[in-house]
Amino acid sequence: MLDFFRKLFKKPAPRQDTATTAPLDEQQIQSIISGPSARSDIQQLISACGQSVGKQRDLNEDSILAITATLAGNSGNTPFGLYIVADGMGGHQFGEVASNTAIRTVAGTIMRKFHPYLFNLKPEPLDESLQEIILSAVGEAQKTIQREAPGSGTTLTAALILGQQVTIAHVGDSRAYMIYADGRIEPVTRDHSLVKRLEELGHISPDEAANYPHRNVLYRALGQGEGLEPDIFTIPFPSAGTLMLCSDGLWGVVSEQDVLHTFRESPNLQRACQNLVASANAAGGPDNISVVLIQLLG
Amino acid sequence: MDDGNNSTPRRQLQAGTTLSQRYLIQEVIGVGGMGSVYRARDLHFPNVVKLVAVKEMINLAPDPLVRQTIVQNFEREANLLATLNHPSIPRIYDYFSQDDRSYLVLEFIHGKDLEAIITDTDGFLPEEQVLAWGIELCDVLAYIHSHSPDPIIFRDMKPSNVMINHNGDVILVDFGIAKTFQTGVKGTMIGTEGYSPPEQYRGDATPLADIYALGATLHHALTRRDPRLEPPFSFAERPIRKMNPAVSIELETVIATALQYNVEERFPSAADMKDALVSAGRKTGVLSHLPTSNLQASAVKPLWTFTCEDEIRGTPAIHQGTLFIGSYDNNLYALNAADGKFLWKYPTDGGIVSRPGVYEGNVYFGSEDRRLHVVGARSGKVVWTYYTDGPIRSSPRVAEGHVFIGSDDHHLHAVNLNTGRAAWKFETSSSVRSTPFVANELVYVGNESGDFYTIDFRGEMKWRFQAKRAITSSPIVAGQAVYFGSMDSTLYALDARNGWILWRFRLGKSSIVSPAVAENIVITGAADGFIYAIETQSARELWRFRTEHQVSGSPVIYKDSVYCGSVDGQIYCLEYRSGRLRWKYATKGPITGSPLVYDDIVYIGSTDHQVYALLA
Repeated sequence: MLDFFRKLFKKPAPRQDTATTAPLDEQQIQSIISGPSARSDIQQLISACGQSVGKQRDLNEDSILAITATLAGNSGNTPFGLYIVADGMGGHQFGEVASNTAIRTVAGTIMRKFHPYLFNLKPEPLDESLQEIILSAVGEAQKTIQREAPGSGTTLTAALILGQQVTIAHVGDSRAYMIYADGRIEPVTRDHSLVKRLEELGHISPDEAANYPHRNVLYRALGQGEGLEPDIFTIPFPSAGTLMLCSDGLWGVVSEQDVLHTFRESPNLQRACQNLVASANAAGGPDNISVVLIQLLG
Repeated sequence: MDDGNNSTPRRQLQAGTTLSQRYLIQEVIGVGGMGSVYRARDLHFPNVVKLVAVKEMINLAPDPLVRQTIVQNFEREANLLATLNHPSIPRIYDYFSQDDRSYLVLEFIHGKDLEAIITDTDGFLPEEQVLAWGIELCDVLAYIHSHSPDPIIFRDMKPSNVMINHNGDVILVDFGIAKTFQTGVKGTMIGTEGYSPPEQYRGDATPLADIYALGATLHHALTRRDPRLEPPFSFAERPIRKMNPAVSIELETVIATALQYNVEERFPSAADMKDALVSAGRKTGVLSHLPTSNLQASAVKPLWTFTCEDEIRGTPAIHQGTLFIGSYDNNLYALNAADGKFLWKYPTDGGIVSRPGVYEGNVYFGSEDRRLHVVGARSGKVVWTYYTDGPIRSSPRVAEGHVFIGSDDHHLHAVNLNTGRAAWKFETSSSVRSTPFVANELVYVGNESGDFYTIDFRGEMKWRFQAKRAITSSPIVAGQAVYFGSMDSTLYALDARNGWILWRFRLGKSSIVSPAVAENIVITGAADGFIYAIETQSARELWRFRTEHQVSGSPVIYKDSVYCGSVDGQIYCLEYRSGRLRWKYATKGPITGSPLVYDDIVYIGSTDHQVYALLA
């Protein structure tokens, strides 16, 4: 594995020739590596993304979005973030159209609601709850996909962050994970997949699930069926923790323990994303890989 | 248990004996292999009758090693119980030894064991009743089986170890041989023949052994056939419906699965068995009309009542055995919480419709005479009074050396506890009848024009939110959200730090009810007569319970029950996860205040002028 990373990061090395650098001492490096412990007196979000088409496909059908901002207002500065992963269903026509449409419609609907807060001088009070806003955005996306790419489908895992609250809308088998400061990693979404349902019902064991032939079959997807019901819930951002959104191109091939290990060994969020993508590719890269990592500082 | 010791009767403690200068023995309530179980009164609570169960273990083993092992087992039971916290497991209060005897002091359970219920019932127990108990037993098994670091195996599930309390809920008793299970480690066979599965006889007890024994217990309850009198593992030859044809084929199938000879053919976990029981109940429809306990009807009688001169619209408070409650007859009453005896009353010049606050020996309460009164809790004599410019209907909140209270004069007042003078007044757009909540160094309060304010300790506003109609409901902050209801028929969940709406839940009608929160459930009520339970993260409705009139009093969560009054005059006790009715009690007038539950007693005032004390 180490060799692999060495290979991966060999190329940019030549730049050193022209750069003037003041070498950091060991202590400084350690403090940088330990990352977010550099406390911030104002809460703020940081995020990073990674994507890869994988090793075995020609087409990228995943779409991601990351918007990180701070809302200035009379109750202080409020961190604002919108992060989405959508995985267009392969085998359906226009998987990439579906995931793309989902991202644009959901983000567009949500950002329009927040437009006054972000860009207007006199914000009108929002008359809807965060859960209502994200629900209506998913509903819009459902309609748009059915209109513009009928027959196609996509997963959608969207996290809307305001202050310390994370409101999640979820359909399909992309996932949101919480990585806690104490070193635990835990999915916070439930896959809407046949294999997960069989596992929940006790028909197959987790081991059997890992090798189940129809692992890609979803029973709920955006763009598919009538009366779509996304899972919507609000949870607090774990203190000193990290929120990860990813497609099954990552979680399906890299175990939670390896995700955790790679994350903890990476010096910062951006490198963590790159390393996670690299480890999914190293494991064969059977599918498109998408990952978004978000931290709340302060 | 060692049956060999059973034949020699030993000296039982006499009623009137005091153990450890604390537990006054009242009577023998059970006899086990190693000693008796007594009902006793805890003398550390002189003002209330607090009953406990004292389980005795007499150690007569001559061999010192055996003696030591027996004491260790007893200690292990004590330590095991101390780590468990579940409504279906008795709480342990104390553990001590005297001479040859060791004692466990446990929660006293008002009720009867399942074996006695089976014996005392003419004919068969109703299927829905047995099903409901089975579901609760699966819950408690799932809880102990998921104990960390190692699962606990109860190992002795049988009707005589299942108590049914006065609410009709099951309590698992006798953890004497329960054992933490370490994978790969073989245990020895203990348990009760007839109920125990084959592998337990081979010294191999896993969570699946408890599932088998639960199947045997339910089989016994439905058929009245005691498995101890039958050949071991012969359940397959005695299908339930052969003896009791009224049982549904669905339930029979679930129990037969639990009783499979081969471990791998049983349910893989108690949670799976519960799911199977629930879906059997759904299919046959018996879950939709679960009976409330047959033990309950007679159980709900007031311990005492006290009559005021006018309606009680407010909520009681308790402090050191004294109950304080205001009445529309202008008086604040102090009553002995144990027997309802009148201690003193303090007259004001207006009705008292709120909940008094008790802090450091003083009682704080507002009156419609516009004043905040402060009275000595023991003496009933005035300490100081504070004038506002309008009737007070908000309840006081004491925090950080100040009392915070709203008034119809449109202000939230912060009054210094020592001086009785205003530290500041915060002006709002209308009357403040909501009770302020203090959290995160902020004061949260609503008003009658629908504004919701967050004010810091200097009296400066942090943020404001506007509902469409009045917020009479008092906010509660739990986790990172603040919850309150409004006359606009909405239950709001706002981010407690910045006021963003996390979610809104649409109620059938307007609400002045102050929500209660426990774990992930927020409970509230509305003028449509429903009590609602909503999941805090997803805003999904878990259940709603219909009372016969408006719900204006606020719910209280105590242990795993919700207590809430209704304008229909009744106080309801509901299981808080399912909304199932445990009991209700009818007063003679509408209830608009909230109950107070303390030490297993519910105190509630009614507009019939009376204060009631009921067993929780």
